Amino acid sequence: MSTLAHSLSDTSTMLRRQLKHMQRYPSLTVMLVGMPVVFLLLFVYVFGGTIGNGLGGPTGGREAYLTYLTPGMMLMAIVAAVQGTAISVAMDMTEGIVDRFRTMSIARVSVLTGHVIASMIQSFLCVAVLLAVAVAIGFRPETDALGWLGLVGVLALISFGLTWLTVGLGMSAKSVEEASNTPMILMLLPFLGSAFVPTESMPTAIQYFADYQPFTPFIEVVRALLFDNPVDGKDLALTVAWSLGLALVGYLVSKKKFNKR
Amino acid sequence: MTVKPLAIEARNLTKSYGENHVLKGIDIEVPEGTIFSLLGPNGAGKTTTVNILSTLIPASGGEGIVGGRSVGREADAVRKSIGVTGQFAAVDGLLTGRENLHLMGRLNHLPKQEIRRRTEDLLERFDLVDAAKRPPATYSGGMKRRLDIAMCLMGDPKIIFLDEPTTGLDPRSRRTMWAIIRDLVKAGTTIFLTTQYLEEADELADKIAVLDGGKIVAEGTPEQLKRLIPGGHVGLRLRRADQVERTAQVLGASSSDAEQLTVQVPSDASVDSLRKILDTLDREGIDVEEFTVHTPDLDDVFLSLTGQAKTDA
Repeated sequence: MSTLAHSLSDTSTMLRRQLKHMQRYPSLTVMLVGMPVVFLLLFVYVFGGTIGNGLGGPTGGREAYLTYLTPGMMLMAIVAAVQGTAISVAMDMTEGIVDRFRTMSIARVSVLTGHVIASMIQSFLCVAVLLAVAVAIGFRPETDALGWLGLVGVLALISFGLTWLTVGLGMSAKSVEEASNTPMILMLLPFLGSAFVPTESMPTAIQYFADYQPFTPFIEVVRALLFDNPVDGKDLALTVAWSLGLALVGYLVSKKKFNKR
Repeated sequence: MTVKPLAIEARNLTKSYGENHVLKGIDIEVPEGTIFSLLGPNGAGKTTTVNILSTLIPASGGEGIVGGRSVGREADAVRKSIGVTGQFAAVDGLLTGRENLHLMGRLNHLPKQEIRRRTEDLLERFDLVDAAKRPPATYSGGMKRRLDIAMCLMGDPKIIFLDEPTTGLDPRSRRTMWAIIRDLVKAGTTIFLTTQYLEEADELADKIAVLDGGKIVAEGTPEQLKRLIPGGHVGLRLRRADQVERTAQVLGASSSDAEQLTVQVPSDASVDSLRKILDTLDREGIDVEEFTVHTPDLDDVFLSLTGQAKTDA
């Protein structure tokens, strides 16, 4: 077998290992899937009436807020999933088996790519469950096949970037506890962006931050695609740049940490 | 006598972390198909040596050759010929025993049928058939180590590193492990074993090197090494302080302590010599509170070889 074939086969072996882990340890996945759903229900049914009225629009109220909130919550679902990645990477590094992998003639990066692909699958699972719940309580996306395809592509790109970033955080963490804490900051970013309210309603300084941090462009591109609106060029460019940039940083950090240990 | 080619070779190997010099230049030669044991206390540098020779960490200086390849420059080639079992069981806790072996088979890029054949064979050989469907989290310490070694054998390595394979095991599991190691060597495998038990090195090794403070302080066959080790001693604790000095005198003690009421007498622990000591004590009317026979152990080896007591660093 060639080197490429080996490294593909090693990656698929590591992916299978991660998927088995998810299956054996479902409580983590359940928690990751459950949290954004709870957030969605909380915001729609507790705050939704008031915030929805504040948004204006033809109907206002709870229904309008569900429509506004869902794209941001889809991003929250990805954040929840990648948070689990940092934990599972850090847990893996404390196990002797990774040292065993290091003494074997395998594609080293496959240990990490296995995590990344598994985590992206988990992200899609989280987003799918969230979207299903949103539709069940009245969310109505209005887009065609091409829009859905674009949506899947953009979500894959974003989760790719965020996953590599959290793999890097997981690799850098000195303990599993630290790995579960550091990605918390990612949870805050949608709040400081357009997930819950439009950024125009924020004070200037915060609005400036909100418009350029990764999550606002992420959310706006997803929102546009869900409703078959034209995607803003700047938002798309920022989404691609942030995703690839975060992925690159995460990849370089993880690779360095993995070889150094 | 024909000289066997070397499976493992270290030349002036050093490892430092800043000012902390863990290995201070060690030389090792292990001929193919033999068991080499690196003996030493905690912190002596045993694991560091294994980590360097198994390509886990780079050496600071010197060279390691394993299976004819340089561990520094040809790490991947070295990895193809070795199996490593670390101090802590390197198994996947969430996969079952069988799945752990399958995982190793796939990472060794074996054909499917061969993976299945070897897995069942190894489960049988290491008495893990009943446990194959359970995750290692439910295993005993001995079972975990057996699975660990089985995983190591999946790739059919020519050279195996075993870092303290019996530390923490009960005596029975330890003996099982010894039998496994002997079988491996019979099949032509070269074993690099680290241990802190003199007895274990004695049982298994063709050659032993004693590592202390990052240096090899003695080297040889178990017999050669034992000759360097002084015999054991008898420890006495008396009831009366005024008898300590006299007791030390009549028994030819190596040391005594009047405050602690203790006297140490060199002895080979044979029945004859013990009887002689007891007779002398009787004859002199010495009141003995406690009588202990001490056979040579790792402490004695280190006392004699390094002139310092074993420290838990």
